[in-house]
Amino acid sequence: MSMPTLPASKAKRGRTDAGSTYSFKNEKKSLADTVMPLLLFLCAAVSILTTIGIVVTLLTETYHFFREIPIFEFLTGRKWSPLIPPVSYGILPLLSGTLLITVIACIVAIPIGLASAIYLSEYAPSSVRRVVKPILEVLAGVPTIVYGYFALTLVTPLLREIFPQMGVFNALSAGIVVGIMIIPMVCSLSEDAMSAVPRSLRDGAYALGATRLEVALRIVVPAAFSGIVASAVLAFSRAIGETMIVTVAAGSTPKLTANPLESIQTMTAYIVQVSLGDTPRGSLEYGSIFAVGMTLFVITFLLNILAQYVARRFREEY
Amino acid sequence: MQTLIEISNLNLYYSSVHALKNVSLSIPEKAITAFIGPSGCGKSTLLRTMNRMNDMIPGTRIEGKLTIGGTDIYSNEVDVETLRKKVGMVFQQPNPFPKSIYDNIAYGPRLHGIRNKKQLDEIVESSLRAAALWDEVKDHLKRSALSISGGQQQRLCIARALAVNPDILLMDEATSALDPISTLKIEELTQELKNRYTIVMVTHNMHQAARVSDQTAFFLNGEVVEHADTEKLFSNPSDQRTEDYISGRFG
Repeated sequence: MSMPTLPASKAKRGRTDAGSTYSFKNEKKSLADTVMPLLLFLCAAVSILTTIGIVVTLLTETYHFFREIPIFEFLTGRKWSPLIPPVSYGILPLLSGTLLITVIACIVAIPIGLASAIYLSEYAPSSVRRVVKPILEVLAGVPTIVYGYFALTLVTPLLREIFPQMGVFNALSAGIVVGIMIIPMVCSLSEDAMSAVPRSLRDGAYALGATRLEVALRIVVPAAFSGIVASAVLAFSRAIGETMIVTVAAGSTPKLTANPLESIQTMTAYIVQVSLGDTPRGSLEYGSIFAVGMTLFVITFLLNILAQYVARRFREEY
Repeated sequence: MQTLIEISNLNLYYSSVHALKNVSLSIPEKAITAFIGPSGCGKSTLLRTMNRMNDMIPGTRIEGKLTIGGTDIYSNEVDVETLRKKVGMVFQQPNPFPKSIYDNIAYGPRLHGIRNKKQLDEIVESSLRAAALWDEVKDHLKRSALSISGGQQQRLCIARALAVNPDILLMDEATSALDPISTLKIEELTQELKNRYTIVMVTHNMHQAARVSDQTAFFLNGEVVEHADTEKLFSNPSDQRTEDYISGRFG
């Protein structure tokens, strides 16, 4: 028990007002109390300033680019051919490539991630959970370039056994591996959301004669829904932004297609391609990577807003 | 009064802790039996053996016999979910699901296969009436169950338990988180409910046991010290330890 201390000796020393026995002067406030808030603010400001810097750079370069290429043409053009004449900047092929990868990745990652989260949170004995969760987190730390080679040298040959007509570079293999990469994220975040559902809600359902599966699907998942949606959207934007795997395994042929067996190019892979080449600063190709980057930024930004909206709309408070 | 629940030589261990020691007890049908005793004496543990909620705690081991209406509920033929449908439970903290009032009550019946809207409506109304909550919530059944007061939430939980048509209602310190007026309402409610249900309640409040129960069992360190008609146990206990406890000398 800590009681407010008013030692008599100090009280006497601190006597100020006539007749007052107590002093409430702060006697231990040091320099650190004044300096630290400023220091902490500066640290926080670093990331804010970086964000502002990125947005400003993106905006100015994108602005220059759109003075050459009309924004409407950029957004609706069906041909992306920045290097080989006739030069054409229509982002739809890159967008479709990115979406193809992302959709495949989500089809792989969301069901598997969610199912493993349900297993871990509702079924697994605590000994299993203690082993599996750290392993998942290790999986999340594997460098993406390793995943890229995993796609190219293991998954693609396996897939070509099934689809012999498929090329070495294709959307399917890259998409599956991006999916595998984001499983730990979906699983870990959903599991956190489910574990946060109070024990008492589960007990209430068990006491009514619910089975484990019924408790999991009809109490825990709905109660954790906002967290689950958040994890899915985060996974989605992670897949959109994924770069190395698609650069290595999906190819570099911008193509407006929904066929996962074909070679495609994603927005991120295009940025890599141009950045690695010796594109002169200020040229149209140079500007195009900022326009593509801006498009990526806007998409993930909108997704985050969507995630917040959905999470709020479907929240079950407990 | 006819016995509904018969417990004989029941021992329960949580890993290495011997939580219930040789408990034997007969609980009468359509009456209120109260378990009293200091914290950690095993009264809640015994309550939770009656709907097998202890099964979910790893390392729990049970020996002895617990029959309900003559059936040993720990035998292999017993389906736990069916058992829990017959033995409802209300917990210490009100734990409504984060759904509407209607969906809270309908949760159990839906679980057990009732889909018909009209039938569900009837069950919701009759359960809420039985829990003395209907008049207060009938105009906003679609509202979140978390928007009503704690006392109303607890009566909602009672209604939710009644909606699956149990025979027995277990109340685990169901009023300890409530204010005196809500507590009084629930105590009055139990007097109504005992005409139709067998009620077993754990309470840390001796006065509550004396006010509402027909029989009382006094627990100490995992043993049943004394089990008698409530009136007799409080006015003329036969064990010295019971007398010490009810007169407030410990606990």
